[in-house]
Order: sequence, then C-alpha cells, then structure tokens
Amino acid sequence: MVEVKGVRKSFGGAEVLKGVDLRVEPGDVVAVLGPSGSGKTTLLRCMNFLERAQAGLLVFDGKEYDLQKAGKKEIAAIRQKTAFVFQNYNLFLNKTALQNVTEGLVVARKVPKAQAEEAGRRALDKVGLSDRYDYYPSQLSGGQQQRVAIARALALGPEILYFDEPTSALDPELTGEVLAVMRQLAEEGMTMLVVTHEMGFARNVSNRVVFMEDGAVVEEAPSKEFFERPKSQRTRDFLRLIAQE
Amino acid sequence: MVYFIPPLRGLSFAPVGRRKGKQGMSERLWGILTDSFTKILVPGLTMTLPLTAIAFFFAMILAVFMALVQFAHVPVLKQLSRFHIWVFRGTPLLLQLYVVFYGLPGLGVIIDPFPAAVLVFSLNEGAYCAEIVRAALEAVPPGQLEAGYCVGMSYLQTMRRIVLPQAMRTAFPSLANSLIAMMKDTSLASTITVTEMLMSTQRIIARTYEPLALYMEAGLVYLLFSTVLTKLQKVGERKLGAYTAKDAHVIYPKRRPWARWWR
Repeated sequence: MVEVKGVRKSFGGAEVLKGVDLRVEPGDVVAVLGPSGSGKTTLLRCMNFLERAQAGLLVFDGKEYDLQKAGKKEIAAIRQKTAFVFQNYNLFLNKTALQNVTEGLVVARKVPKAQAEEAGRRALDKVGLSDRYDYYPSQLSGGQQQRVAIARALALGPEILYFDEPTSALDPELTGEVLAVMRQLAEEGMTMLVVTHEMGFARNVSNRVVFMEDGAVVEEAPSKEFFERPKSQRTRDFLRLIAQE
Repeated sequence: MVYFIPPLRGLSFAPVGRRKGKQGMSERLWGILTDSFTKILVPGLTMTLPLTAIAFFFAMILAVFMALVQFAHVPVLKQLSRFHIWVFRGTPLLLQLYVVFYGLPGLGVIIDPFPAAVLVFSLNEGAYCAEIVRAALEAVPPGQLEAGYCVGMSYLQTMRRIVLPQAMRTAFPSLANSLIAMMKDTSLASTITVTEMLMSTQRIIARTYEPLALYMEAGLVYLLFSTVLTKLQKVGERKLGAYTAKDAHVIYPKRRPWARWWR
C-alpha cells in the first residue's frame, strides 16, 4: 500500500538517509527501531513531506510520487490519506481537545461543523477521553494530550497512521495508556508505521520490525523472527544491550 | 479675579482667619485647578484618546502585516518592512512629525494637523509593534504549523487559525505597553498644532501663570487614562489567555476591588 524507495536526505553535509527502502502492506503494524540518530524520524517525516528528501520515490495506492519534487497538490493528496502523531503531541494550544480534533475536518475537509463535532466526540470517546472534550492542552496530562493527538489523527479517517516516537516524552504509566490505545487500533486492523523505542510494543503488537542504523535499514523481519532469530550481528548486539537493561 | 466655588470653600488650606478679608492664595489655586480640569480633560477625550485609538488601530494592521511577511520570508515585502522599521525606529518621533507637517508642504503635500499626527504615529508605532509581533510569531512552537499541515490545513489557514492567535496572546502585554507609551507620546502632537491635552494645559498656564499645579493636573489626567488602559489590558489578557490557564479557577479570581486597585 505504501512503499518508499531509495530515500536520501542530508542536513548540511551530514547524510541522514542513505537510500532507504520500506514497504507497508494494508493492515500492517510496522515498528521502526534503531539507535538515536539512525534516521528513523527523518524517514517518517520525509514520507509525509514535513521534510524534503533529496531523492526517493513514494508509491501510495499504486500511484508514484517523487519525494523530492512533488507539488502542492500531490502533497495535499498524500496528506489527505495519512495522519501523523508527533513525539511532542503538537496539539493546537489555543484549541480545546474537541476543537483540536474537528479543526482539520472543518477547515481543511470542509465537513459541516455539527457533523465534525460528532466525529470528534466519537474519536475522543474511542481514546477514553469522553470527559475531556472542552479541556485545553495545558489542562491535560502528557498521556491525555497524546491520546487527543491520536483522536485527531483518527478522525481524519486516514489509510495509514504515522507515529513518531509517540511515547518518548511520557513516563511509564502514561506510556501504558497511550500504548493501550495503539494496541486497540492495531487489533482493529489499522495500518500503522511506528517509530518507537518501546520494545514491548515492537515485540507484541507490531507484526513487522524494521531495524535502522546510520541512515540505512540493517534488518527487516516479522516481529517474532526479529526478536528470536535475528540475522545480522548488529541486531544481535542491539538486542543484547536492551536485554541487559 | 474672584472665583466662586462653594463646594470647595471648606476644603481650602488657607488659615481660617485670613479668609474673610482677601481671598487666600490656595483658594485661588483651587479655583484655577477646578476651573481648568474640564478644559484639560475634554481635549484629552476628544483629541488625545481618539488620536491614540485611531493611530494604534492602523499601527496594528501595519505591524501584523509587516511581521507576517517577515515571518514568511516574502521577498520584496520583507525587505520593505525591514527598511520601514529601520527608518522609523532610527529617527526621533518628533523629527518625523516635523518632516510630515513642516517639511512635506515644501513638496506641495499639505496635511492637516490631526491626520498628519495619525499618519506619523501609525507609521512609527507600527514599526515598533511589528517587531513585537514578529518575535511572538517566532516564539510559537514550529510543531504547531506542522500539525496544521498534517491535518490537511494550508500554510495560510494554519497561520490564521493557530499560529497568529497564539502569537497575539504572547505579544499582547508588550503591545499594551506600547499603546500606553504612545498615548503619552501623543503630547508631542502639540508641536504640530494639534490641540491635545498638553497644548490645552499650556494655554491655561499662559493665562494663569501656575505651571507647577497645572502640569501636575495634566499629569493626573494622563495617569487616569493610562490606568484605564492598564485595566483594559488585564481584561484583554484574561480573555485571550483562557487557554494558558491550568485551571478555570485561575481565570476568574475572587473579586476584591479594594485590593491592589492601582494595578
């Protein structure tokens, strides 16, 4: 369904992505693992044009897009089918939880307000925030904010959800409540591409793992295989280090 | 000169014994002050405040526009804004007034005193406020814009609905500061024959020779105006900033008008 080929990106002189290929099938939950600075987040941002790659091809629903040269309309078309959950939530600070969810629907998709609010409430109910419709982000905990962000992404009805380290800014308890929502989405068959440091999520929820280092994919395998029979030496080292913690 | 002001007679500071024969010195002064109070206040209400309000209105339009084109790096307009700010922040306000009112007629451009004052104050204030708004725009987390993109909104939609409202909340106290400063600076308009508060006061002084008392009185009226503006600032901050409060109780504290009334 979504595939990228040969993604290259450098900041200044530093090459962050050195020709990365990645493929996500419908219903897949793909976890992208790897040490900090390996280019996971940059790859995700390039796939949604938050960052312009210097080279690379994006295939979405059979249509090809040039990651470097795609025009405004093409970018809008891609973003219409995707949704993004950020590490720092990036909720609209001047909007309530419900307004955060409805904003994109009303302003970008021209959904009538009443209809958008109904969809917004449904999305917030789904992430367990039925009692927080009218709270501003500053009045919510980190976990609640991230769940609003997930609701905002869900309400757009995307074909694929991108998560950029969604729990990295949260303590273990709040991480738990966000992961529970993500697990539920996975069980419902939502297609997700998740950059994460949560090994538990990668092992138990995702069905495929992509391991990246230094701007390249080191290993790609079904989750079970990745954790039980890693192929490359680098992956084994990585997993051993994690196991020691 | 005889001043007849019954209600204030009892308040006179003159010794009781002297009151019968000739009028006491301070009684004369009280007379002048009460007599001139409306003569200072009225120009304040009809000149100083309208000049402030109209000029600040245009200044804000200019400021937001100049801040946005700089923030978005719009070619040409950005450079023009920088030039405008460079000139109007870099030269004295008084000189700008002189150039427009006394200088431009040399080129055949004659502007009435009040419009000339509005023009100069708008352009000058706009330059300062543009920097305040630009700084506030840059203080909005960049993730807000990215989040807007990701829910499908365009740059302009996100700027108008998400980034600018947050920036204006940040800029508000500084803008109120500028407004109060400008309200006082309108006294400079007296130099281009706008009969605002200071000029009215000077006219009364020319008749009565009481500069100390009358300047003080004018100062009190300015203080009154700025107090009202400060109050409005508080109300505005509260309205704009509902989303920054951790808790609804913080937004509406207990009403205790007697406490800290000067704030």
